[in-house]
Amino acid sequence: MSNTHPIEATGLVKRFGEKTALDGIDISVPAGTVTAVLGPNGAGKTTAVRILTTLSKADEGSANVAGFDVATDPTEVRRRIGLAAQDATIDPLLTGFENLVMICELHQMPRKAAKARATELLSEFSLADAGSRVTGGYSGGMRRRLDLAATLVADPQVLFLDEPTTGLDPRARNELWAVLDILVGRGTTILLTTQYLEEADRLSDDIVVIDHGRIIAQGDARSLKRQVGGDNIGVIVLDANRLEDAAATLSRVTGATAVVDAPNRAATAPTTAGVAGLADVARALADEGIEAEDLGLRQPTLDEVFLTLTGLPILEEDDERAEEVA
Amino acid sequence: MTVTTPTTEITIDVPVGGETEPHKSLGVFHDVWVIARRGLIHMKRQPEQLSDATIQPIMFVLLFAFVFGGAIQVPGGGSYKEFLMGGIFAQTIVFSAFGVAMSIANDRKNQAVDRFRSLPIANGAVLGGHAVANLLKAFLPIVLMSITGFVIGWRIHSSAVDAAHGYLLMVAFSFAMIWIGVLLGSLVGTPEGVTGIAFAVLFPITFIASTFVPLVTMPEPLRTVAEWNPTSSLSDALRELFGNPNTPAVPSDPWPIQHPVAYTWIWIVALVVIIAPLAVRIYRNSITD
Repeated sequence: MSNTHPIEATGLVKRFGEKTALDGIDISVPAGTVTAVLGPNGAGKTTAVRILTTLSKADEGSANVAGFDVATDPTEVRRRIGLAAQDATIDPLLTGFENLVMICELHQMPRKAAKARATELLSEFSLADAGSRVTGGYSGGMRRRLDLAATLVADPQVLFLDEPTTGLDPRARNELWAVLDILVGRGTTILLTTQYLEEADRLSDDIVVIDHGRIIAQGDARSLKRQVGGDNIGVIVLDANRLEDAAATLSRVTGATAVVDAPNRAATAPTTAGVAGLADVARALADEGIEAEDLGLRQPTLDEVFLTLTGLPILEEDDERAEEVA
Repeated sequence: MTVTTPTTEITIDVPVGGETEPHKSLGVFHDVWVIARRGLIHMKRQPEQLSDATIQPIMFVLLFAFVFGGAIQVPGGGSYKEFLMGGIFAQTIVFSAFGVAMSIANDRKNQAVDRFRSLPIANGAVLGGHAVANLLKAFLPIVLMSITGFVIGWRIHSSAVDAAHGYLLMVAFSFAMIWIGVLLGSLVGTPEGVTGIAFAVLFPITFIASTFVPLVTMPEPLRTVAEWNPTSSLSDALRELFGNPNTPAVPSDPWPIQHPVAYTWIWIVALVVIIAPLAVRIYRNSITD
């Protein structure tokens, strides 16, 4: 039993035929915290989630979730977790209400209690009016809300969310983020996967970066960003003729070499000085009389993180789907 | 300038984070019924998918009775409409495997399989639920065809016991065909594939038989295939049990033709004893990795 770390996995290995999807992964999530598993398509994120949620068996290694071994006590694990899979897996032919009642009942709630819980959840997730409609006609955001409600029916200790914001518009994404904040505030332990550093940064206490089934970096967002050289300052000039001047100014102020993107009239340079560095650049550009259309501080993208950590760009291996059907 | 996108108001008052004890198991029958109820709702919401159990058999009764009926003579004499009913019943029951296979394949396509497997439900509850839903579904065409048959002049001429035996045989054969459906759905895996297989395999099986025409009209080797085809024996068994006209069996006929009821029961038992466990195993393998 591990009450301090409701998710505890060591040495997870999973092979699909010749391909090694997971090549020795250790994950440990302290109670009441959020860990983000960050990686490109095909890195093994979904495979890891499937093993931790008892859907798939690891070839090597072991995992304890909510105090039970996923391999030997899957039912006990299932009673204590919620899973929101990559594609919301709600039944398109059932109404929102019927979906939730069914999942409550399969969580072993008597029918009356199941109906009460379903009604409660629908209203909490602003789906009370849509509850009597077949979910096939729901918007992506509504489906995701219902899916999230479904993961909460049984008071889960541990919640798994596999790329929860993929395909969501900004509004739906904000809703989801707000819900996760509430859940963490109430003591839920969460593991989520994402392809976006920004999302991992916004939501999680700890980030695990995986690639080709291995962990290539781990830590909180700040330490991770330190490893990859902090933020970037980007400028887009109004007059294309001044781009070279702008790049020179940017290089001089940041002390790094600015990368020029001529077609977009943009120059970018890494900085560790944060907002102060941005102010310095703004002042220097004004002094030089260079007009900027846009100037901003932005976090490195996952591509940039990967480039720094692995020295290689992300190789798109679109085999996440293959893992799912395997 | 920041633009705040409006968000839907979400509050969470239900217990989360493991505030309450997990619920005690309510048992396998509870889980099977919950999943069966879902299957029944699916049927209700997809009337077009139900057509193989509703419109199609009624259409076949009317088509064969009135379009082909005049051209087909029952060798032993008697009404072709009455001869036809046993065959239509048999064809619909054999074809019911298609609906089962579709629901198994759709579960996989919609990832319902994963949803169920992440829940604390009893072993075998998902397949059990499919089986119960499809068994209940099987009553629908049997009732509809009986009514349609009655309207066009089909009558049961046998004793109540034989008639009940006939209906029992239909329900039992429907149950056996569920496992063929599970096997097909697990092996093929996609709804599109299931549709293809159904029309390439199930249709010929239901036609190369005494379903619509007496076997004496068929050339060899088609006739031998038809004689041993359980669709023939089910058709013949129903004709015998309902006291409807059929081609009289002669001593040179193979055993299934002479003993259609026994031969049909042997098939039912064999399908349940051999195919059902195999189907369950293949289904399990198809959903786990």
